[in-house]
Amino acid sequence: MIDIKTIKEAEVLTMNVVGDVDASSSIELDTALQAAIESKEEKILVDCTNLNYISSAGLGVFMSYIQDIKANDIKMVICGLNEKVFNVFEILGLHQLLTIKTTKEEAKSHLGEV
Amino acid sequence: MPQKVIIRLSAGFAFIFWLLYLFTDLFILFSKSTGINSGIHEAIPNLMLNLFIATLYLYFKYKVNRIESVNFTDLLWNIFVTGLLATLGSLALRMFVLALGNSKLAQNIFLIDTFYIMNMGLVSLFLVAVFAVWKRLILYQKSKFLLKIWTTFEYTLVLSLVFNVLPINIPESYSQYYVVLLVLMGLFLSVNMRWVAYLNFKQKWKSILLILLVILYLGYFANILFGSTDPEVAITNTIWSNVFLIALITFTFIYSLFSLLVILFNLPTSSVFEQKLEEVLNFQRLSQSIQADQNEGQVYQILLDSAISAVMADAAWIELNQEDGSIDYFRHQINNDEIVKIKDYILKNKITGIFDNSTDKSLKIEKHLAKLKGQGYKSILGIDLNVQGQQIGTLALLKEVTDGFDKETTNILKTFVSQAEVSVENYRLLNQAIVNERYKEELKIAQKVQSSLLPDKLDTNTDYDIAAFSIAADEVGGDYYDSFRINENRVAIIIGDVSGKGTSAAFHMSQMKGVFQSLAQLDLSSKDFLAKANTAISNCLEKTSFITTAFFIIDQSSKTIEFSRAGHCPTLFYDKKAKTATYFTNQGLGLGILRNDDFHKYIQVNKQAYTHDDIMVLYTDGITEAKNSKGDEYGYDRLKDTILLHVKETPEVIQRKLIEDLYSFTGTEFIDDDYTTLVIKFKKELASE
Repeated sequence: MIDIKTIKEAEVLTMNVVGDVDASSSIELDTALQAAIESKEEKILVDCTNLNYISSAGLGVFMSYIQDIKANDIKMVICGLNEKVFNVFEILGLHQLLTIKTTKEEAKSHLGEV
Repeated sequence: MPQKVIIRLSAGFAFIFWLLYLFTDLFILFSKSTGINSGIHEAIPNLMLNLFIATLYLYFKYKVNRIESVNFTDLLWNIFVTGLLATLGSLALRMFVLALGNSKLAQNIFLIDTFYIMNMGLVSLFLVAVFAVWKRLILYQKSKFLLKIWTTFEYTLVLSLVFNVLPINIPESYSQYYVVLLVLMGLFLSVNMRWVAYLNFKQKWKSILLILLVILYLGYFANILFGSTDPEVAITNTIWSNVFLIALITFTFIYSLFSLLVILFNLPTSSVFEQKLEEVLNFQRLSQSIQADQNEGQVYQILLDSAISAVMADAAWIELNQEDGSIDYFRHQINNDEIVKIKDYILKNKITGIFDNSTDKSLKIEKHLAKLKGQGYKSILGIDLNVQGQQIGTLALLKEVTDGFDKETTNILKTFVSQAEVSVENYRLLNQAIVNERYKEELKIAQKVQSSLLPDKLDTNTDYDIAAFSIAADEVGGDYYDSFRINENRVAIIIGDVSGKGTSAAFHMSQMKGVFQSLAQLDLSSKDFLAKANTAISNCLEKTSFITTAFFIIDQSSKTIEFSRAGHCPTLFYDKKAKTATYFTNQGLGLGILRNDDFHKYIQVNKQAYTHDDIMVLYTDGITEAKNSKGDEYGYDRLKDTILLHVKETPEVIQRKLIEDLYSFTGTEFIDDDYTTLVIKFKKELASE
């Protein structure tokens, strides 16, 4: 089960991802990210504070947009990953390609700086 | 004894008894006229007659029983033919007598007696034949009670024949009571004519004709027997043989008359019976029309035909909604244009209660239909066809009369429709099952192919032993391990995990095998290997898929392991000297994540020297992420602790203990992911150490 809420405030599109991202629910994440990129958002903040679990399919979704983000010059920050979830990102090496911040404040300030 | 033999024997004996009857009778007559004592008892001819009748009955009983099918007109036809032959024979005798005129020969008492006995034979033949057939008809669908009455009736009849030959005098008035008793029993039995209901219209007419002829014959024979009273020939004509004959003729006549009347009165309703029978047959056809090699079309065609005949519709169609949005039609006496016209009209005028589930039946359907010029339909009925809870189409029936569909016929239609629905549903389920079965077979083949992709035996050198274990959650999986001997000293080992599981993962896993087997030959550094593997595999992976691997080169000459990690779970290494187990912490990036030349920047090359009894544990995340019922993961710490408990064992035992611990943690052997482990243990005495 997954619940994604998208809010736009001050040029930053914030996506609140709540629940588990598994093979079936990763489609929702994919749809949300695709919509954000297609609508030419410049700053995207993915808040994963309430993300409990992410499967390889979910990682695949994040991974598949790495090059799009780079090509479109989009600033995307992921924040609030719990230890277990961050560990999954780290093992795969995704933390080297994605901007990951511990707290939402850090993420916001990162987006503000840029 | 076979029936055929009984029939032939009884026919033969009947003929012999008849001859004996004739000769004994003539002999007695002769001895009387000459005044010589014949020495033959006067009852002998009657005894012979009785035996003749008995064997004749036996003959017809078996003959009638041989007609197995319940074809009643055939039975009637049989007695008609017998009757015809008997009457013709009897008429021939009469003609002969007439031809003789008043000649002396005609006055010959022996000739008259012979003719009388011949007539007697013919009459008995016909009466017994009719009796046997009537018995069969009366006892059709018999009850126990009816059978009892019939048996009593038969015995009473036989008894009258016995009285005929018994040398006792019974007063004549008694015989009259006896006849009355027999006739009453016959009357009671004659109300049993269930067989009439099973005749169709044509058969009824045929039966009426045949029974009329039987009655005619009966009249003729009654006339012969009781009409001419020639006292001189009546020596065998005792009171009691008359009882038998009167009772028999009366009974056969009563039953003939009853049958005739019942059939006549049943004539007007026979079409209804036929229709009901047709409905039952249609119902049967509908329920039998499910066979795997047939198509649904046959079911719809039978439904359409059955529905039309059940309500006597003038036109009808079945429309079926196809998956692509088009509509398939099965039509009867109506063309597509007319159908479209009617449907458009109903839609345009918002007529409810026909092609929708609304209970609000429009009362003005007739009026509306009348407006559809040139069609002449005055009533319409639509019934939905639902299969697996989904409407697949509609059955529509049209009649040229108003109020054409009453409640009874509508109910029958609905049963037809639901039977057809069941048939179609069964047919679909059956086909689905067949398809599923085929998929299962295919998966089994895929499983075989894939298991051959994982090596039975891994390459080793004199420095280490290795044990491997891998299970896929589905029939096929995405976990991969392999080895390749590069040269005398160097062996390449790989473990990999394709994202996702099942068939797509299995395909990528086999691609990975190809990549490994070709690149490993090139003796690349672990970093170059992964960079080239990334380039190769990126081209074949879909956008959201990736593969994690860990690649090792064990070099015997330098006693080192060179390794790089591409997003795979960190390898556990047990250092014998330090007695500690640690996870390698090298950086890496999964294959397929970065599909350009920058990939190599994220890959590190690491080296680890090994010594005897060091242990290296490779695994996939299926093990560390396996959950117990509480939702806790097996985890890195537990893996490490388990290995530390068994460091003294061989790699096979370590591997087995690990899996045992994993199962005891999860509480089941069914883990919802592919899981693999490779345990490498360096030997006690390393080569040239």
